[in-house]
Amino acid sequence: MFGYFLTRLGMFIPTFLGVTLISFMFIRVLPGDPIIVMAGERGMSEERYQEMVEKLGFDKPVLEQYWDYLVGVLHGDLGESFVTKKPVWDEFFALFPATLELSICAMIFAVALGLPAGVIAAVNRGKFFDRALMSSALIGYSMPIFWWALLLIIVFSGNLGWTPVSGRIDLLYYFPSVTGFMLIDSLLSGQEGAFGSAVRHLILPTIVLGTIPLAVIARQTRSAMLEVLGEDYIRTARAKGLAPARINGLHALRNALIPVITVIGLSVGTLLAGAILTETIFSWPGIGKWMVDSIFRRDYPVVQGGLLMIAVIVMLVNLLVDVLYGVINPKIRRR
Amino acid sequence: MSLLDIRNLTVEFATASGQFRAVDGVDLSVDKGELMAIVGESGSGKSVSMLALMGLLPWTATITADQLSFEGIDLTKISARDRRKIIGKDIAMIFQEPMSSLNPCFTVGFQIKEALRIHLGLNRKDRHQRAIELFDQVGIPAPESRLNTFPHQMSGGMNQRVMIAMAIACKPKLLIADEPTTALDVTIQAQILDLLVRLRDEQGMGLVLITHDMGVVAETAERVQVQYAGQKVEEQAVKDLFRTPRHPYTTALLNALPERATSKMLPTIPGVVPGQFDRPKGCLFSPRCQYADDLCRSLPPTPHSAEFGKARCHYVEKITTGELA
Repeated sequence: MFGYFLTRLGMFIPTFLGVTLISFMFIRVLPGDPIIVMAGERGMSEERYQEMVEKLGFDKPVLEQYWDYLVGVLHGDLGESFVTKKPVWDEFFALFPATLELSICAMIFAVALGLPAGVIAAVNRGKFFDRALMSSALIGYSMPIFWWALLLIIVFSGNLGWTPVSGRIDLLYYFPSVTGFMLIDSLLSGQEGAFGSAVRHLILPTIVLGTIPLAVIARQTRSAMLEVLGEDYIRTARAKGLAPARINGLHALRNALIPVITVIGLSVGTLLAGAILTETIFSWPGIGKWMVDSIFRRDYPVVQGGLLMIAVIVMLVNLLVDVLYGVINPKIRRR
Repeated sequence: MSLLDIRNLTVEFATASGQFRAVDGVDLSVDKGELMAIVGESGSGKSVSMLALMGLLPWTATITADQLSFEGIDLTKISARDRRKIIGKDIAMIFQEPMSSLNPCFTVGFQIKEALRIHLGLNRKDRHQRAIELFDQVGIPAPESRLNTFPHQMSGGMNQRVMIAMAIACKPKLLIADEPTTALDVTIQAQILDLLVRLRDEQGMGLVLITHDMGVVAETAERVQVQYAGQKVEEQAVKDLFRTPRHPYTTALLNALPERATSKMLPTIPGVVPGQFDRPKGCLFSPRCQYADDLCRSLPPTPHSAEFGKARCHYVEKITTGELA
């Protein structure tokens, strides 16, 4: 198992290098000059411009710039933001908990609803619930995130006034950040109503971000369950006189989980990509919004560092998924 | 009262091209401790009739029967919940493919103890003890350590032993073995059959052995019923069946046994079992029968008396007396 883990970790290296290269090149291919953006509307003198070019190392050949960047990354230095002059690393970790909190909630939402829905649909194949669920899943999957978000905001925040429109917590509450997770921090602060406010702020972003993974998980669970339910060992379980709940929920679901956790792992990538849009819509102060802002500012180190960190997270999650395969189904386990 | 009594069982499957009748008016009765064999080619409805009894057919199947009773309880008239108290406890079944019949995600120990917990309500310690006993009983070496292995870590023969141990866990009164040796090596086949016969003797349970191997029937069974295209065509004690087969189909099956071959070429039965679209109007065996005439092709025969093996044939008497040969 440990050796298997190491092999998988070794396969990270080319992916990692690829991500650094692509993120480095991608931002430079975009039209626009970070120095001019930095200067703002007032512009800057030719001498000052040259000074900045040298300071940021733009006068060197691109390959050399990449090499310098790579060496920095391998030493744990993602560089400093052009705009804030703070290390990318620090900024990332200040904002990441907000994104993580939202992503975890969205994932829990998607799995908690998608898994049972898929199982029930498969067991009641062809009946009303199955058809209704699969059509709504298709709608959920094809709906543009931003439109869905606006729709929910109009109905639940605008018309009904149940949930706030944006942010992580009401401005009434202030407490120092301990963990970076608003749900935990608001509880720790002990302020009355703070936790409730944090929860209300989370609801709509969670639903918006979780909708696509929910649809994917429900559909995948259904099809995996349908396949498993036709297996011989399910017939054996029924021949043992087990109750249908136990057969579907334990004997079948455990086998159906392999493809399901695969899509859950892949959804993490979608989720982080979706977070960028969702955070922008809900003014959620996470890395998504930070990245979008940085792209507009041509803040090269932030975009590179942010992309790299997201890629590493997605890779780690998928490594975890690979390890989980063996836990769920021992037949897949390597010696 | 016989242990199992099935009268006029019919199973139809809804298919895209209409209803398909897989089992057509089959009767079967098994007494306590009796070893009954059901033989027939693939597609003759042997497995389907037993799966119908167990309630294991998919929802596309429609099951009708005049009687489907086990120990006097009509299984078609009780609720699914009550039925589950009988299935797996008093009636158990083992299947053709031991490798795919066990759940790959759970240890064999878990799978056998599950049956013990649900039907007998044994506690953890007793379950463990009983599981070891059962593994020992079916001839699994080092039973205690085997409990923690997964199905894929064992051979097909071992897996079939696990299946058998699981089936007899609650001391069933009836065990249905659906081609239990088909997927196994020849050397293992004999061992598994011996095991089944021994367990039948030890526990006094009825055993229904579904097979297409006449050799297996000759070695093990007491009574045998021959099925063809979903119908029962003959039923006799094994000795009588091998000595005087009544139905032309049975005769042809026996002639196809290598042990009985008299010439260098092994006799075969030309053609195949009729399917959904080529079901004959009269006797279902008529297209392949050497004696078939216009009567056979137009009118389906009814079963004869027990004296003639309940054979479904218009000409049983004539064939017996040698008038038709």
